[in-house]
Amino acid sequence: MKKVLTLLLVAVMLLGLCACGGNSNNPTPANPDPGTEATDTIKIGIFQPASGDNGAPGKQETLGSQYANVVQPTVEINGKTYNVELVIVDNESSNDKAVSAAQTLVSQDVSVVLGSYGSGVSIAGSDVFGAAGIPCIGVSCTNPQVTLGNDFYFRVCFLDPFQGTVLANLAVDQYKAQKAYVLTKLGDDYSVGVGNYFKNAFEKLGGECIVETFQEGNSDFTSYITKAKNEGCQICVAPISVEAAALFLEQAATQDIGMPILAGDTFDSNVIAGVGKGKNLDIYCSTFYVEGGNPEFDSNFKAWMESDATALANNGGNTTIAACSVLGYDAYFVALEAMKKAGAFDKDSIKAALPDVEYDGVTGHIAFDENGDAIRDSAFVKHLNTETGEYELFGIQQVK
Amino acid sequence: MQWIQQNLPYFLAGISVGGQYALIAIGYTMVYGILRLINFAHGDIFMCAGLMLVYLSASLPFYVSIPLVLLLTVLLGFTVERVAYKPLRKAPRMSVMISAIGVSYLLQNVALYVTGGLSKQYPAIPWLSDTVTVFGALTKRVTIITPFLTIILIVLLVLLINHTNVGMAMRAVSKDFETSLLMGIKIDNVISVTFIIGSFLAGVGSLLFFSNYTGVTPTVGAMPGLKAFVAAVFGGIGSVPGAVIGAFIIGICENIIKAMGWTTFSDAFTFALLILILIFRPTGLFGEKVTDKV
Repeated sequence: MKKVLTLLLVAVMLLGLCACGGNSNNPTPANPDPGTEATDTIKIGIFQPASGDNGAPGKQETLGSQYANVVQPTVEINGKTYNVELVIVDNESSNDKAVSAAQTLVSQDVSVVLGSYGSGVSIAGSDVFGAAGIPCIGVSCTNPQVTLGNDFYFRVCFLDPFQGTVLANLAVDQYKAQKAYVLTKLGDDYSVGVGNYFKNAFEKLGGECIVETFQEGNSDFTSYITKAKNEGCQICVAPISVEAAALFLEQAATQDIGMPILAGDTFDSNVIAGVGKGKNLDIYCSTFYVEGGNPEFDSNFKAWMESDATALANNGGNTTIAACSVLGYDAYFVALEAMKKAGAFDKDSIKAALPDVEYDGVTGHIAFDENGDAIRDSAFVKHLNTETGEYELFGIQQVK
Repeated sequence: MQWIQQNLPYFLAGISVGGQYALIAIGYTMVYGILRLINFAHGDIFMCAGLMLVYLSASLPFYVSIPLVLLLTVLLGFTVERVAYKPLRKAPRMSVMISAIGVSYLLQNVALYVTGGLSKQYPAIPWLSDTVTVFGALTKRVTIITPFLTIILIVLLVLLINHTNVGMAMRAVSKDFETSLLMGIKIDNVISVTFIIGSFLAGVGSLLFFSNYTGVTPTVGAMPGLKAFVAAVFGGIGSVPGAVIGAFIIGICENIIKAMGWTTFSDAFTFALLILILIFRPTGLFGEKVTDKV
């Protein structure tokens, strides 16, 4: 009996090996030289988290790109029409998993990469993309380090120094705050980045900051909230991931934190809106896009999500439009624009064409500066209406 | 009064976290006491219990779903033991440990598949999740209940170990595996009972933990599991009261450290403590003095 079982197992394993061999053989003749007539499918890599800390917003960002692919599944280069195929990988919101996810995209021979949500994973993946010479368009990774010194990394969103400054201006203009409590997550480039830039800007405006950090896997925020209250802070700044924020806000409501909570683009998520609903909290966030900015786009996007059950589930079960979805949509079109400009779709031509690409997206006009960062000068600020559980436009904050 | 009002939340959080660690730590310490196995999957059983309630409470009322979750958690612990550990009873201890790590990853990845990687919001259990005021400090009612419930459960457990036939069998097995086998004790049954008790307590722990910290993710069991393990080692692994006292000490110290403003080091403290104990008192506070045959 045991022998039979062993034999069977070996047979199954061998079959698996055969399948592997078959797979790895197939693509080789299919694309000997990208950019020639041999292929008529262009692969765009989607480098996003679908699990882990940033799983929820990562899925929403992917959704934006997928929708763009539905709207515009082909691209015309030099009179020939090519199909665009999305290759989606999950970087699991983790800096070490990001590297292998990036390698998957490289081995799939994608022409350009979109992503990621979260600066840490983008930085972690950038070495792999750089070595392979694949150009990347960051969607909502806001840390300066992503593009700095990387001539192949571009992005369509604003940066953390900008975002931190926006929040500091908001705190001072709106609340005349003197003392702020800043909560960041250790080892999260986005979180620590925004926290630091906020601190610098806020102190320049004459305020005082108490900065505290928490670690991966922490779920007890009671001590942090108690500290913020005991120190007499007037405002709480928490640029943290959605997952941690859900826990933090729940406990902030229980402990009656009693001060406005400001955050960056991560809070612009219906997960946060759901947590905040019906609670005694005052939540603001800076973000890239507000629903209603382009009604035609909004209604089409919603209709698409309603028609596709998976898409609806990935958006958290309702059709609220997250800003990162819209950025994901714009990033896709920026990539197509670059291909048209280059007149080719191999990675080197796209990389060469990207710095000069200009595109009028749903989130506004997109052009790149010398670092490859989008040139932006204002951010939307949203306020959570805790009765309806929906974000409302609070104002547009310019940076002084 | 002012001072109490300001610092009480730290203590409350510490005691509550300590109670939750204690309930998990017992699972570690009992299994170790009997099998000499560190059951790495224990933290993940805790996570699964949380996840089960999220899904079950969506369609069932709490008075059905909570007992059902406890039952399913017990069943899960029992199955894990039968499938992954029992066939390896005669194998070297290292193989069982690796099997435990395998189960841990299996459970995490199944959870990842089921949830799609997204954090699930734990349902608010009425009464337990209400906000109450204690000497001017706000907290959830579950925080107050946790230490008392923990102590009641542990007293019951100690009574069970010291005054029942099953308890006597457990003590016998943990003293000498082979002799008790020769004396006619059904070892497999005793081990199953151990896993059932451990999983039940992990299930209760998950109710208390997630009512306070409402996000359930596939890896949420890892950190509390690790800290409970440190607590079990601190108290002397194999000793039930030791694990409980260790858990409370760790929970309270962590929060005192946070109160002092060294938030960055609160986890480092826990693991530094583990190293210090292993150096200066390898058997922990209440550990057996006899040198083991390992």
